[in-house]
Amino acid sequence: MKLSKDKLADFLAAIPGKTVFGPQLSGETLRFTPVTRPGNLCPTVNNATVPPKSVVFPQTETMFRFEQGATDIRTAEPSGETVLFGVRPCDARAMSIVDNVFFWDVDDPYYLIRRTNSALVGLACLDPCVNCFCTSMGGGPASTEGLDILLTDLGESYLLEVLTGKGEMLCQSAEKLLSQASSADKEAAKMLQEKAAAQISRQIDPSGIPARLPALWESPIWEKISASCLGCGICTYLCPTCHCFDMQDETEGEESRRYRTWDSCMFSEYTLHASGHNPRPTRRERTRNRINHKFSYFVDKFKVMACVGCGRCINLCPVNIDILDILSQVGEQAL
Amino acid sequence: MNNLLIPDSAIVRDVFHENDDTSTFSLQFTDAQKRLEYSFQPGQFNMLSIFGVGEAPISISSSNGSRENFTHTVRHVGSLTRMFAKLKAGDLLGVRGPYGNGWPLKQAHGKNLLIVAGGIGLAPLRPAIYNILEQPALFGKVELLYGSKNPGEMLFRHEYRQWAEQISMLLTVDDASGFDWNHNAGLVTALFDKMQSVPENTVVLSCGPEIMMKHVVKGLLARGFHSGQLYVSLERKMFCGVKKCGRCQVGSKFVCHDGPVFSYDVLENEPAEIIGVLGRE
Repeated sequence: MKLSKDKLADFLAAIPGKTVFGPQLSGETLRFTPVTRPGNLCPTVNNATVPPKSVVFPQTETMFRFEQGATDIRTAEPSGETVLFGVRPCDARAMSIVDNVFFWDVDDPYYLIRRTNSALVGLACLDPCVNCFCTSMGGGPASTEGLDILLTDLGESYLLEVLTGKGEMLCQSAEKLLSQASSADKEAAKMLQEKAAAQISRQIDPSGIPARLPALWESPIWEKISASCLGCGICTYLCPTCHCFDMQDETEGEESRRYRTWDSCMFSEYTLHASGHNPRPTRRERTRNRINHKFSYFVDKFKVMACVGCGRCINLCPVNIDILDILSQVGEQAL
Repeated sequence: MNNLLIPDSAIVRDVFHENDDTSTFSLQFTDAQKRLEYSFQPGQFNMLSIFGVGEAPISISSSNGSRENFTHTVRHVGSLTRMFAKLKAGDLLGVRGPYGNGWPLKQAHGKNLLIVAGGIGLAPLRPAIYNILEQPALFGKVELLYGSKNPGEMLFRHEYRQWAEQISMLLTVDDASGFDWNHNAGLVTALFDKMQSVPENTVVLSCGPEIMMKHVVKGLLARGFHSGQLYVSLERKMFCGVKKCGRCQVGSKFVCHDGPVFSYDVLENEPAEIIGVLGRE
């Protein structure tokens, strides 16, 4: 199917009873926020700085409220359905990867509601960034994993591929706005997608990494890699597959709340005990944990690496620590 | 919906001051149905909340034979646990749990037990000790080695006489000055030279500061114990208790789920944060 770009606003407006989130600038930061004017959407520039997982796993989320000191608990479970528009294929894959954790043995109650009630409309990446390496991590600029609909920008219109039942439901309400895609449209989209994949210059074969990491536990590479790390945590904070959180209580006037908020294993407080004991006392241990968690422990549990090659940690690191460079070092190190 | 991250309400029935900075709180769920349903195993922990302050994992320190009331022994050292010092009978807390695996007492049936504890580490071992005292026929010889900074910091002192009727006990302190003390002085590992326990047919349960457990493991391995018979209870910062928040990972293991009790042969095969790594920052 095909959606003309001038009908995008109508298409989004035709989705009944759901809040549409899309990449929009808030200040200088591109993040997924509720779309009030489709004209504000920035789906064609670079990928959002804050990954769309923030819609189903908010940066800060109230878990419950209570009167100060008492236990009269009022739950704050989320409600309402959402559509995430303009999700890049890497970030959609990342959300499927994060699902493993939040649905592991017991469901996380908040994530379960938000995730079940969300639909993902993807946008194929036709102009990958310099640090993108999704094709090395099992994805690609037009990967459909985790998406309900995939759009490919054909200039005047989008080629619209419905991938799931949820995606079909979204289109039902906007049937009049869609037209049939010709085989030439499909061919054009395919060529654009292939061109984009070919444009991705950074590549690595990570298949040997999980097996190599345990043997490199005491390797000097961790000291070397982390030597310039400032411990700012941006690599993990804005990583689409990172899921660690902190839980805190906060009081305003008579009312208190317990909330959870994103956290990063790159912070020393992350593992610091009240006793003063810190199992990961320096950036060496924390960097080693970050890489082992993504490429060894996660694979051990879920048979998939917790990295989709979005390149955010490379783009955002203030001292140019580069995860691909780390992986090459892991790959080249004598065991 | 059943929200596993929301605590149940419990009332403080009694507070017992163990020493200057540690108290034992006897708790009871306010909901009668919850009191009936709740059960736990020795070595498991609950997430305890003081509403408006926060939540932390604390081991259960009472017998699992009595479920109506259960106790937590808390040292007042952190921002939350310091607030515990102000709690009194009648105050309300949040409790969710129990979490974790507990001590391998079933596997220890018919075997001897060596229990090695340091400081507050005796608290999670007390339910195991009660379990042994309540069913002595199930276990062989039981020996407890316990060390603390000074005699005043020893926990559960009023119970030792009763324990000693069935368990051989060796006590040691770092510094006994100012106390009337006729037991040992020095590290708990120094008691290995005095203990009766031998590697044959023995299960070892240990809890204390991580650096202590490291030396306990090292000392016992040197004495012919093998790693599969050594169990240690680890402590990690923790928020959710259900493998989501990521906080308590030790290598690929989660202390909240795979632990807190680990057989040392699991830890030594894990490319993990090896026990005994001390903070350097």
